[in-house]
Amino acid sequence: MRYMPHTEAETKEMLAAVGVKEIEELFADIPADCRRTKPLDLHPALSEWELDRHMEKLADLTATAPHYTIFLGAGSYDHYIPETIKQLLRRGELYTAYTPYQPEVSQGTLQAIYEYQTLVCRLLGMEVANASMYDGASALAEALLMAIRTTKRKRVAISKAINPLYRRVIDTYLHPTGFELIELPHGNDGRTDLTAIAGQADLAAVALQSPNFFGCIEDLKSSEKIIHGDGTTLMITAFSEPLAFGLYEAPGRLGADIVCGEGQSLGIPRSFGGPGVGLFACRQKHVRSMPGRLVGRTVDIKGRRGFVLTLSTREQHIRRERATSNICTNQGLCALATAMYMASLGRTGLRQLARLNFDKAGYLKQALAEAGIDIPFSAPVFNEFVIRLPKKSSAIHQRLMEANIVAGLPLAEYYPELTDHYLICATETCSKNDMDELVKEVTR
Amino acid sequence: MKEIDELNFPDDAHYSNDHEWARQEGETVVVGISDYAQDQLGDIVFVELPEKGSKLAQGEEFGSVESVKAVSELFTPVAGEVVEINAALEDSPELVNTHPYTDGWMLKVKPDSSDPLAKLMDRSTYVAMLKG
Repeated sequence: MRYMPHTEAETKEMLAAVGVKEIEELFADIPADCRRTKPLDLHPALSEWELDRHMEKLADLTATAPHYTIFLGAGSYDHYIPETIKQLLRRGELYTAYTPYQPEVSQGTLQAIYEYQTLVCRLLGMEVANASMYDGASALAEALLMAIRTTKRKRVAISKAINPLYRRVIDTYLHPTGFELIELPHGNDGRTDLTAIAGQADLAAVALQSPNFFGCIEDLKSSEKIIHGDGTTLMITAFSEPLAFGLYEAPGRLGADIVCGEGQSLGIPRSFGGPGVGLFACRQKHVRSMPGRLVGRTVDIKGRRGFVLTLSTREQHIRRERATSNICTNQGLCALATAMYMASLGRTGLRQLARLNFDKAGYLKQALAEAGIDIPFSAPVFNEFVIRLPKKSSAIHQRLMEANIVAGLPLAEYYPELTDHYLICATETCSKNDMDELVKEVTR
Repeated sequence: MKEIDELNFPDDAHYSNDHEWARQEGETVVVGISDYAQDQLGDIVFVELPEKGSKLAQGEEFGSVESVKAVSELFTPVAGEVVEINAALEDSPELVNTHPYTDGWMLKVKPDSSDPLAKLMDRSTYVAMLKG
């Protein structure tokens, strides 16, 4: 679609049609003290050449690979993306961010989403997946709302080892609605300590993340017994890195009722933090409370296979304020990319790649430990782990930055009690050289 | 959809403005939706009912019926306690279409009042309302 600005003549014509003299009159309902009186203080427009130079200068100020060696994960992961996916995504007929209007006309799009749902179910070990959510954070917030709907309870408990930015989004969703949120601390091993939920009656859900924000794999098997102890509370398992399920048992097979998280790892570039895609799956018995769109397979009157949007009667455009959720769309293009990625790797490829990631991070963790760096959490990890540097570690972090190494994420900003703790990530894109260099520089 | 005259409205049931029916059966009142309601909704694919033991006020929402094109709320015609729900509707929601007054019943309610049907319409009043 081309963007065609209005000409002055057209603007005048439209204003005349609605009977006003100036555009300003259209904003008369907005109180004067809420309105800007002066024009925006914008830099004069640059020429294309000048703009190019300006952007290059800005880019130079940013630490990016390959000029920097980057050990940052924390919810967004660097993985190789097969060229086939990049090429296929550029096809014009696939270029949509959303499930289309009059969706059944677009059988190809619906089939692609159906394949995506199938692959997500297999990866997460679940019975039914939706057409995707905006990102991991909103998927988790929606999962909590879904548990509140399903159980008709008003309190939820979430682990503090869940990505702090996700917890901020959850707070934004739940706080104004009057639902109560309890945070569960993490133990010395880096996993969630569930002792606090014993004796908590009326919880709609307990949400964990595995791998959690510290890269630690939660003990989902034992947690499931505790969470399901009262027979009604739902177990929500989020994840930071879906690739982990190439190696670790999928949460759906360990008793989770809802599994959700960020799918960026599966074929989507990091792009400074977005866009991502929220994977979301649940048990069949809860499907009518599930947010988002759902593509189903059926047959037409002649018995031929076809794809439809199903259960859309519960969505906003039909059910208005009584809708299951506010999401009436999906993350079409990103979901398609993850489907292509999962299909390209296949079950064996996914396992091999997960193993490679596990081994790389394991190598780096061990090398740092052998060099005398403290590894505070004992739980098994995937892709990333926490280290503790000596006191006043920010000087070390800064020195490494000057040596073009981004040595992980300082955790103190999100966990004040974790001063001098850093979250280090190593995926398949890290070379042994890069990792050895980090160990050498950090202990210098 | 059918004409009003083609629809079935048994004499032994009473009807609400929201197209639920209620019928006294001994101590309890059986509740369902009328032939008109099921005909308007079309193929019913899911019925959501309250739990046994729930206490319902007159006019309160007690569940929903989902057809291929819409979800509609169900409203309690008779205040009381739910003593039984029709579990068969979980697997066979189409019973509401095929047998709205018999196999397609939804709730059995132990009514709060001694004259629970007083506020509802009899057949002829309901049919007159439908014909507008």
